[in-house]
Amino acid sequence: MSDILSTELCGIKMNTPIVAASGTFGFGEEFEDFVDLNRLGAVAVKCITPKPRRGNDGNRIAETPSGMLNAIGLENPGIGLFIYDILPRLAKRNFNIIVNISGSSVEEFAQLARALDRDGVSAIELNISCPNVKDGGIIFGTDPKAAADVTAAAKRSTSKPIIVKLSPNVTDIVSIARAVVDAGADALSLINTLMGMQIDINSWRPTLGNVTGGLSGAAVKPVAVRMVYQVANAVDVPIIGMGGIRSVEDAVEFFLAGADVIAVGTANFSDPSSTMRIADGLESYLKSRGLNNISELVGKVKVSP
Amino acid sequence: MKQIYNARVVSNERAVDNLFRLVVELDAPLYAMPGQFVQLKLPSNEFTLRRPFGIAAFDQNHLTMFYRIVGRGTEFLSTVGEGTQLDLLAPLGNRFNFNVEEKILLVGGGVGLAPLLSVARMFEGADALIGGKTAIEAELWRNEFNGAVDEMFIATDDGSLGAKGFVTELLPDVLARKNYNVILTCGPIVMMSRVASIAREKNIRCEVSMERRMACGLGACLSCSIDTVNGRRKVCKDGPIFDAREVLFDV
Repeated sequence: MSDILSTELCGIKMNTPIVAASGTFGFGEEFEDFVDLNRLGAVAVKCITPKPRRGNDGNRIAETPSGMLNAIGLENPGIGLFIYDILPRLAKRNFNIIVNISGSSVEEFAQLARALDRDGVSAIELNISCPNVKDGGIIFGTDPKAAADVTAAAKRSTSKPIIVKLSPNVTDIVSIARAVVDAGADALSLINTLMGMQIDINSWRPTLGNVTGGLSGAAVKPVAVRMVYQVANAVDVPIIGMGGIRSVEDAVEFFLAGADVIAVGTANFSDPSSTMRIADGLESYLKSRGLNNISELVGKVKVSP
Repeated sequence: MKQIYNARVVSNERAVDNLFRLVVELDAPLYAMPGQFVQLKLPSNEFTLRRPFGIAAFDQNHLTMFYRIVGRGTEFLSTVGEGTQLDLLAPLGNRFNFNVEEKILLVGGGVGLAPLLSVARMFEGADALIGGKTAIEAELWRNEFNGAVDEMFIATDDGSLGAKGFVTELLPDVLARKNYNVILTCGPIVMMSRVASIAREKNIRCEVSMERRMACGLGACLSCSIDTVNGRRKVCKDGPIFDAREVLFDV
């Protein structure tokens, strides 16, 4: 494996700057037939909450033009089962694990961060941006003060790097980014899904059981690139950029906008090997531009003053 | 092992009404079991998600599926011509559970009969209870099952072929005639729920093939979770075949 794609994020050595986005990749094992998990920079595993959650009822997904809505509702086995059953199994497999967590209070985020301060966990990603649950998630991600409180509490509770996943459902993402970085965030992930809705014109009912859902896929990419660009210019911590990446061309845009690492989410559904395809393409792209390492591409968008 | 196949469209024809039969030739042999399904990528960037289809028949490199036009995706699929290359993810999910000594009754309605066809074709000696809206649709399935099953029972909504009514109305009579060891069923959820409760009354083992909207098909996205007596299960990975006593039908 050549070094041209190797990088580091908060001290985590990554073979490629490509992460599998939380919620789209299970616990990584589900994709083993299609992906060399060790070749990924990391797998951000499905969001874990303090207690098991059954998730939302009714339809959980709907396809939209160039994208999809989802409202899974953070179905997960809870932190206890994750730590005792799932993590030991994953730890044997030799890939970087970012554990995405969500709580309904500042104290719950702190408890989860403390519980995950253990071997096998590479970093913790705070999900303060899930639009599909009523208790927590986005409540913390749309207010700079609340976002900072959650970040500081998690940071105090663990020795692991804290990555904060930001919501695009805000007026000014830069102010949230600054607030969490000032509170100690080691890195930022952006963007989570954009809140959306679809209505069935035959039944006059919302397609999703949860009424609203999170929009992802190619449709959100320009919004995501813009937000990565704005945030990269405002803060000094590394950024995991994501939102609608399906091809190497999409990925390159995010690096140019200022992402140090990119994540692939919805594209895993249509092409389970998309992360590997993007890694191959990125290597060729860097070589064709005469670059020696991916870091030489980060933030290099040319914007005339 | 699950893998991505290149599938060349051999034929994609209207069977009856808005029901189509799609036959593809794969670039590598597929080893699947009755009850499993595939995820087909539609050859257009307009679609973000794959579409899941039950396997109706397969032999080495050929795969037959049936689909009904129900939305934009299947509408588009119906226009795909012979020779088109499709990207196909398979085999997915678990399989129907039975052994060859068992006397099997297949109970299906509409396009739900497709996965049952693969059971009939792979294991001889099953019987089939076929439900269709009209005679023309029931006739299609009669022809497909013909020669693959011992005995066939047919019910149509309007009585234009076989008995008048739903398969669930005919089912008690069918069960009274022979000793079946297992019922395998696939079709509308209301039908499967009723079949399951009749099977339970008669103390006959029953397996249902569940359907939910799904994205990954690999057990990762949790779009297709259902409630069971064993908690939440994924239709794509833990299923699509479940023991009927396990499923909490919400109808």
